[in-house]
Amino acid sequence: MSDPSTSVLIALTVITAATPLVFAAIGELITERSGVLNLGVEGMMLVGAVSSFLCVHVYGSAPLALLVGMAGGMVMALLFGFLTLSLQASQVATGLALTIFGTGLSALVGQSLIGVAYGGLPKLHIPVLSELPTVGPLLFQHDVLVYASWLLIPAVSIFLKRSRAGLVLRAVGDSHDSAHALGYRVIRVRYFATLFGGACSGLAGAYLSMAYAPMWVENMTAGRGWIALALVVFAVWQPGWVLFGAYLFGGITILQLHGQGIGINVPSQLMSMLPYVTTIIVLVLISLNQGRVRRNAPAAIGQAFHPTT
Amino acid sequence: MIHLQRRANPSKLMGYLAPFIALLLTLAAGFFLFLMLGVPVGEAFRAYFIDPISDSYGLAELGVKAAPLIMIAVALSLGFRAGVWNIGAEGQFILGGICGGAVALYFYEVEAAYVLPLMCLAGIAGGMLWAAIPALLRTTVNANEILTSLMLTYVAALLLSFLVHGPLRDPDGFNFPESRLFHDAALLPSVVQGTRLHIGALVAIFITVMAWVLLSRTLLGFALRVNGTAPRAAKHAGFGQAGLVWFSLLFTGAVAGLAGLFEVAGPIGQLNSTISPGYGFTAIIVAFLGRLHPVGVFFAGLVMALSYLGGESAQITLNMPLAVTGVFQGMLLFFLLAADVLINYRIVLGRERVA
Repeated sequence: MSDPSTSVLIALTVITAATPLVFAAIGELITERSGVLNLGVEGMMLVGAVSSFLCVHVYGSAPLALLVGMAGGMVMALLFGFLTLSLQASQVATGLALTIFGTGLSALVGQSLIGVAYGGLPKLHIPVLSELPTVGPLLFQHDVLVYASWLLIPAVSIFLKRSRAGLVLRAVGDSHDSAHALGYRVIRVRYFATLFGGACSGLAGAYLSMAYAPMWVENMTAGRGWIALALVVFAVWQPGWVLFGAYLFGGITILQLHGQGIGINVPSQLMSMLPYVTTIIVLVLISLNQGRVRRNAPAAIGQAFHPTT
Repeated sequence: MIHLQRRANPSKLMGYLAPFIALLLTLAAGFFLFLMLGVPVGEAFRAYFIDPISDSYGLAELGVKAAPLIMIAVALSLGFRAGVWNIGAEGQFILGGICGGAVALYFYEVEAAYVLPLMCLAGIAGGMLWAAIPALLRTTVNANEILTSLMLTYVAALLLSFLVHGPLRDPDGFNFPESRLFHDAALLPSVVQGTRLHIGALVAIFITVMAWVLLSRTLLGFALRVNGTAPRAAKHAGFGQAGLVWFSLLFTGAVAGLAGLFEVAGPIGQLNSTISPGYGFTAIIVAFLGRLHPVGVFFAGLVMALSYLGGESAQITLNMPLAVTGVFQGMLLFFLLAADVLINYRIVLGRERVA
C-alpha cells in the first residue's frame, strides 16, 4: 500500500466499480422522485449489458453499442411503464417480473456471446491535465462513461432543484392528485421518468459488459441492480449522496477483490458477501432516522394513479 | 382510442379468468419465440409440455419439482396478502438446506431414526433464522424487507459456496465443491417405489390445506387479509402490524427452510453449490399466478413445475438453452399482471371523459 502507484491503481478500480452503480442509482432516483418504484433495475441492467455487448460484437462500434444498451434498458422500462402506468398493475410485482424476465432474456440472447473477447471502452486522455502526476491518471484518463457519470450527478441535481420540469417531476411524485388538479400530465411525466431510469440502467449494464468486465457473463450484474435500489434509499433521494454511496460501495467491491493482496486472509466467498452485508447495514443505519427518510421520500411512491379515481 | 374505465365492483369472473388468459398469451408468445429462434414449433411444444409428463416417472418428477414451489408459494402468498414482501425465500431455502445438510453430515454413519427428524428441525430453524433478520429489521427500524431479504439471498448462496468449498467438502471428493453423499439414514424415503417423489409432495398438500383453513377460518387469516387491503382499518381493529410481519416472514422461512432440506435430503442427496434452480424466486410467480389463494397456488405450482421439466427436456431433445424457461416465466407474470387490469377496469373504445 505504500507504493503510490498501487494506491492509484486501486483507486482506479474503485472508480470502475462505482460507475455502474452511479448510473443505475441516479436513474432510479429520478424514477422514484416521480412516484414510481421500479424494482426491475437488475433486469434492465442485464438487458442493457447484453444488448450493448451484442452490438459491439456485431458492428464493432462502441458509441452505437452504448446507445443500443440505453435503448435496451428503455424498452424494458417501457414495458414496466405500460403495465404499471397504463394498466395500473402493481409496481412491486411488475418490477420483480421485469427482473426475472430480463435475467432470462439476457441469458438467452447472450448464449452466443459467452467467451467472446472485447478490448474495452477506449480511454479518453484529457490533454495537459492527464499528464499531471497522480491526479492525471486518477481523474483525467478514463473512458467516456466515467466522465458522463460525474457530469450526470450535478446535472440531475440542478434539474431537480432549479428547473421547472424538475419541480413538476417532484410535484407528481409527492402528490399526484394535486399535480393532476394543477393540470400536469401525471402519467406522461411518470413515463418520462421511468424511461430515463431505464436508459440509465441500460448504460450501467453496458458499462459492466463493455468496460468493467469487459465481456458477457450470464447474470453478470450479481445484484448490483438491487444495491442501486438500496443506494437510492441510502441517499435519501438526493443526487449528491448517490455519488458518495456508489463510491463507498465501489470501494467495498474492490476491497473484496484486493483483500488477499493487502493481507486480509479470509476465504473469497466471505469477502464477496461484503457488498450485500454492507447494503443491509447501510439500510439499517439510514432507517434509524425515520424522520429524515420520511421528509425526503417521494410521498406518492409506489401508488398507482388513474385520472378518474 | 382505447381507455380504461373503472368497474363499480371488481369482477370476480375476471379474477378467475386472468390466469388462463395469461397462460394462453404466454403460449402464443412462446410460439413466436420458437419461430424466431428457428426451432420447429410443434416439436418444441411437445418437448415442453407433453414429453415430460407422458409417463409415470415424469409425473413423479413433476411432483418433485412442484413440491418446493407449492410449499414456498403458499407460505409467500400469506405474506403478500398482508403486504409483507419477502422476496428472499431463495435464501431461506438455501439456509434450510445448509443447516439440515450439516446435521446429516454431523451424524454421518449414524443409523438412527432420529437423524431425519433432526435434519428437518434444523432446516426449519435455518430458514426461520434467515427470515428473522428482515423481520427484525422491518419491525424495529422499518428497513425495507424487499431489499434486506434479497441481499440475504446473495449472502446465503455465498455461504453455501464457502461451506462446500471448505469445511463441509467431501474429504475424498477430489476437491470437487460438494459434500459427502448423505448416509441412507439421512435420505428421504421415496413415496412411490422407483421414483424420486418424496414426502415433500405430501407436505405441500398439507400446507395448502392448512393455509386455506388459516385464511378462511381464523382471526389471524382475517387480520392478514385486512392488513393487505386496508392497512389503516387493520390498525384501528388492533391487528398488530409487527406481529403480522413476524408471522409472515417466520412462517415462510420455516416452510422454505424445510423445502430446502427436502431438496438436499431428497433428489440431491448431498450439499453442493447449486441446491436450488431458483425455486424461491419462481415461487413468487407461482403465488401471483395462483391468485394468492392456497388452492390456486397449488395448481399454479404444478404449471410452473412443468415449465422446469419442459426446459430440461427441451434442452436435451432440441438443444434449447435453459434460459428459455426464465423468459417463459417472466412473460407469464407480465401477461398475468396485464390481464389483472380487467378485474378492476373495463376496456372501452372511444375518448376518455375526464371530469
